[in-house]
Amino acid sequence: MTATALAIAAAVRAGERSAAAVVEEHLAAIAAGEGAIHAFNLVTADAARAAAAEIDRRVGAGEDPGPLAGVPVALKDNLCTRGVPTTCSSRILAGWRPPYDATVVGRLAAAGAVSVGKTNLDEFAMGSSTENSAFGPTHNPHDPSRVPGGSSGGSAAAVAAGFAPLALGSDTGGSIRQPAALCGVVGVKPTYGLVSRYGLIAFASSLDQIGPFATTVEDAALLLEVIAGHDPLDSTSIPGPAPTLRAALGEGVAGLRIGVVRELSGDGIAPDVAARVAAAAEALAAAGATVEEASVPAATFGLSAYYLIAPAEASSNLARYDGVRYGLRVPAATTGEMYEATRTAGFGDEVKRRIMLGTYALSAGYYDAYYGKAQRVRTLIIRDLAAAYERFDLLLTPTSPTVAFPLGAKTADPLTMYLNDVCTIPSNLSGQPAVSVPFGTGEGGLPVGVQVLAPALGEAVMLRAAAVLEATAPEVTP
Amino acid sequence: MAERISRDDVAHVARLARLRLTDDELDHFTEQLAAVLDHAADVEALDVSGVPPTAHPFPLVNVLRADEVRPSLDRDEVLAAAPAAEDGRFRVPPVLGEAP
Repeated sequence: MTATALAIAAAVRAGERSAAAVVEEHLAAIAAGEGAIHAFNLVTADAARAAAAEIDRRVGAGEDPGPLAGVPVALKDNLCTRGVPTTCSSRILAGWRPPYDATVVGRLAAAGAVSVGKTNLDEFAMGSSTENSAFGPTHNPHDPSRVPGGSSGGSAAAVAAGFAPLALGSDTGGSIRQPAALCGVVGVKPTYGLVSRYGLIAFASSLDQIGPFATTVEDAALLLEVIAGHDPLDSTSIPGPAPTLRAALGEGVAGLRIGVVRELSGDGIAPDVAARVAAAAEALAAAGATVEEASVPAATFGLSAYYLIAPAEASSNLARYDGVRYGLRVPAATTGEMYEATRTAGFGDEVKRRIMLGTYALSAGYYDAYYGKAQRVRTLIIRDLAAAYERFDLLLTPTSPTVAFPLGAKTADPLTMYLNDVCTIPSNLSGQPAVSVPFGTGEGGLPVGVQVLAPALGEAVMLRAAAVLEATAPEVTP
Repeated sequence: MAERISRDDVAHVARLARLRLTDDELDHFTEQLAAVLDHAADVEALDVSGVPPTAHPFPLVNVLRADEVRPSLDRDEVLAAAPAAEDGRFRVPPVLGEAP
C-alpha cells in the first residue's frame, strides 16, 4: 500500500518530498499494474506531471498549495473534466471533451490534488460489477479473476492497487460502498446534497451523490472535507459550509447506541459476510458502544422501489443523448431516424434495459402501480429509518451480501446482479450517509466490508465508528 | 400490481425511448424485464394506502439566485463538441420525412 494522502500532503507542504516524485511513483505503479487491472479509461500522465510541477513551484515560492498538496487522485469517468475526455464508459459519449469542470474537480485542484486519470465504471453508473463498461471490465486487485464491484469499480480498484491514495466515485444505489467492500478500501456515500452534483453526469438525480474512496477512514474524511459544502450551481446542494470531520475522528464510540439491522442480517447474506458483521458488532461493543438489534421493516423492499425509481429517473435523464449536441451521431435521413440509430448503437444492453424499465414504470396505465407505489415505499423506508434513529445513533449492516464474485458470474441474469445492492439502497432512498469499512476477510481470503449508516448530516459520528472498526480490523494484504 | 409485461409492451416502450430492437433482443429483454417486475411485485405485501409519495429526500424549495448577467459556456467551444454545427447553431438532418 502506498503512503496515505495525509502523509503525502504533509511531506509535500513541508518541502520534504516533491509532488513530482509522488506523481512519478504513482504513474510507475499504474504502468506496472494497469494491464492486469484496467482501472482507468484514461491516464492523464502529462497533465499530472504539469500539475505536480506547479505544486512544487508554489511550495518553492513559500505558498501553501492546500490540504491535498501533491496527492494523486483518480476520478470516476462520469465527472466532467474540462478538455479531458469524459465517457461514462459509454460509446455514446466517446470522444466528448466537456467544456467545464465538475465542482468537485475544481475543489480538488484548489486543494492541491493532482488528477492522474479517469476511472472505468459500469456504463452510466448502471451496474454492480463494472462489467457493463463499453471499454471492458475492471479486475479486482485482490484476485483479477473477480469483479471489483460497481459501478465505481475503477476508482475502488485504483485505490486498492496503489495507483492513487484517493479516488472519487458516485453512489446511486451503492456504487461507492459495494466496490469499496469488494476491493478492501474505505468508501463513503455522503448525505444527499452535502457534495455538489454539478458536473456529475446524471443517472438518477434524487439518489446520485459523489463521495470518496481511500485506504484509511482519516483520508476519506479529509477528501470529503475538501469536496463538501454548498454550491450555488446545484439547486439540491445543502446550504452551509463543509463539515469538520477529522477533528473528532479519534473520539471513539463509548456511549453511542448502535443497532444491527435485523432485516439485512439473515436471508441472502452469505455466512462469511454475516460472521464479519457479527465480529464488527462485538468490536463496537468492546469499544464501549451499546450494540443491540434494530428493526427497519421496510428495508428489504428498498430493492424493488429502487429498481423502479432509479430507471424512471434514468429514462428521463438519458433522453438527452440524441446525437444533436455532443457525443456520437449515427447519420440518418431524418432527425427521428438519427435519434433512434444513435441511441441504438450508442447504449449498451444494461442501459437499454433500464431506460425501457423506467419508461414502462412511468407510462400511462402503469405509473400508479409501479412508479407511484415505489415512491410510497420510499416514504415507508424513510419513516422506518427515522423510527430506528429514535433508539439508535448509528446502524450497522453488511455492505455487500457476498465477497467479490467471478467475472461473468452474474451477467446473464440482471435480477441476480441487482440483489447485490439490497443493503446499500436504503441510504440512497433516504438521502442519508453511509460508509463501508474493510473488516477482515471472508471466503477465499477476499475482503469483507461492513457498513455504518447514520442520519442526515451524521457523517462525523459515523466516521468515528468507522475509525474504531478500522483500528480493530484484521490486516488484509492485497 | 399490473399484469406481466408483454413482448408488445416492450416494443412499445422501446419505440417511446427511441431504441430499435431486433426480434431476438425483444424476446430477451421481455424475459429480463418481466423478471425484474415480478420481483418488484413484493411491495404488494406493504400497505401504502394513505402514505404520501417521496420524490426527493430533502425538499429544498424555491432555490433562487440573483438575476444577474454572468458568463456562460463559450458558444464556439460548445459547438466544437457537436457532431455537426453551422452558422453558430447545431445542425441536424431534416426533421420531417422529406428533404427540403
